[in-house]
Amino acid sequence: MTEPLHDVRLSVNGVVHQVAVPARRLLSDALRHDLRLTGTHVGCEHGVCGSCTVLVDGRPMRSCLMLAVSASDYEITTVEGLADEDGSLGPVQQAFKECHGLQCGFCTPGFLTTITAGLEENPSPTAEEAREMIAGNLCRCTGYQNIVASVLRAAELKAPQP
Amino acid sequence: MKPAPFEFVRPASLAEALEVLAANPDAKVLAGGQSLIPLLSMRLAAPGMLVDINGIGELSYVRSDREGVRVGALARHAEVEGDARAREVQPLLGLALRQVAHPTIRNRGTTVGSVVHADGSAEIPVVLALLNGRVAVASSSGRRDIAAADLFLGPMESSLKHDEIAVEAFFPAIEHDAGVAFDEVARRNGDYALCGVAAHVRVSGGRIVSVRTGYLSVCDVPTVVDLTAAFPDGVVTPAALDDAGDLAVAALDPVSDIHASAVYRCRLVRTLTRRVVVAAHEHAMSRVGAEVS
Ligand SMILES: Cc1cc2nc3c(=O)[nH]c(=O)nc-3n(C[C@H](O)[C@H](O)[C@H](O)COP(=O)(O)OP(=O)(O)OC[C@H]3O[C@@H](n4cnc5c(N)ncnc54)[C@H](O)[C@@H]3O)c2cc1C
Ligand code: FES
Ligand code: FES
Repeated sequence: MTEPLHDVRLSVNGVVHQVAVPARRLLSDALRHDLRLTGTHVGCEHGVCGSCTVLVDGRPMRSCLMLAVSASDYEITTVEGLADEDGSLGPVQQAFKECHGLQCGFCTPGFLTTITAGLEENPSPTAEEAREMIAGNLCRCTGYQNIVASVLRAAELKAPQP
Repeated sequence: MKPAPFEFVRPASLAEALEVLAANPDAKVLAGGQSLIPLLSMRLAAPGMLVDINGIGELSYVRSDREGVRVGALARHAEVEGDARAREVQPLLGLALRQVAHPTIRNRGTTVGSVVHADGSAEIPVVLALLNGRVAVASSSGRRDIAAADLFLGPMESSLKHDEIAVEAFFPAIEHDAGVAFDEVARRNGDYALCGVAAHVRVSGGRIVSVRTGYLSVCDVPTVVDLTAAFPDGVVTPAALDDAGDLAVAALDPVSDIHASAVYRCRLVRTLTRRVVVAAHEHAMSRVGAEVS
């Protein structure tokens, strides 16, 4: 038996795509396999590690815990959508580069999306609040210190210049 | 791993969803998916059909009045947590929601889904049980209310029938003479708790008249214990708090699992019971004091 396919509209980083996927296609897999947006990483596939985090109408959510067939109504932003229009790094990406906020980079897409949304909510976090902001994302390399520093640096970069 | 194949429907109305459920005994409701999708991916569940209720806009609300907080089936944890009126009408709900997973999970997971999922390690079922709340459920043959006391049958087993959708959870308002508190111990921020306790204390004329606590991650189901007997003089003393801990441990009979031994859980029950009873008592006294002055 061939599995029936569903026609799904996915609006990702401002571009509308039309894909035909089985109902069981996770949003993370639709992004990676069907749209070839491999910036979104998949670690645990059950909501724990945070590497698959994308923005759904601006709010961070686990793409491994959503079905592609449920995602039509939303505007999705992946790590590919965080760079500036001209392709230069967005403020959170720039901060990670400056502060060595990544080593292997596997966890990084999830941190970048989570922090992008976190700074919208709280534009000038304390170090403690920065820790809280990233508490739902796992990194096996950095020891988190430089990621906390990156959050604080990104807040500086985003602040309106005096 | 990936989910096994299933049929998928996304009804636009509650009536349509109920019809589909009634016609398909192998169907399951998909709300926020923050518990169900991991189960599908790990193939611990393999329903033949998913009925996605996320398109039913009428279920997306948080309404508060003097009686309490009504949470529609599509209200996400984050929306309920962020609702200022709900926090005022029943502060315990917001205190507990802050401990449910991480903000990212709370952006998608629903508070009603958490009640129906009936996980003995979840915060919200305990809050509903402690407050004597209820859920309103609908099926193609009508509606009924289920009191929290009749809701949680066993680990991850609620008394909803297969063809029923929980449309609303009702959390009663805090009484004018009551105080509440919530605390838990988890290995990491955002993890399921090793032990969590919610407290509800009532005072009258400066004395304690009722102390009730609810426990998660201690027994298979959310468990409420009445500790009033530990406070015969109506005051909080070290001895009374010790007695309260004894009463709680005796009533609960904590279990060992890979996360914590029964002995450690007993210690957590005592320590957290003490903390939340003290905090809820202070909360009650401050609210009564504010009323008098
Ligand atoms: C990493 C991680 C950590 C978590 N940590 C915690 C935690 O610390 N504490 C905690 O309490 N929870 C935790 N959760 C679970 C989370 O709170 C879920 O959101 C919640 O348990 C279920 O809500 P949902 O809307 O996602 O339901 P779903 O996953 O969609 O459904 C869960 C179950 O309930 C049924 N169901 C859902 N809604 C209805 C309805 N309206 N009517 C009938 N049936 C329904 C479904 O059929 C399914 O069987 C965690 C989840 C993850 C992924
Ligand atoms: S892959 Fe989604 S949280 Fe780990
Ligand atoms: S940089 Fe390697 S896991 Fe975070």
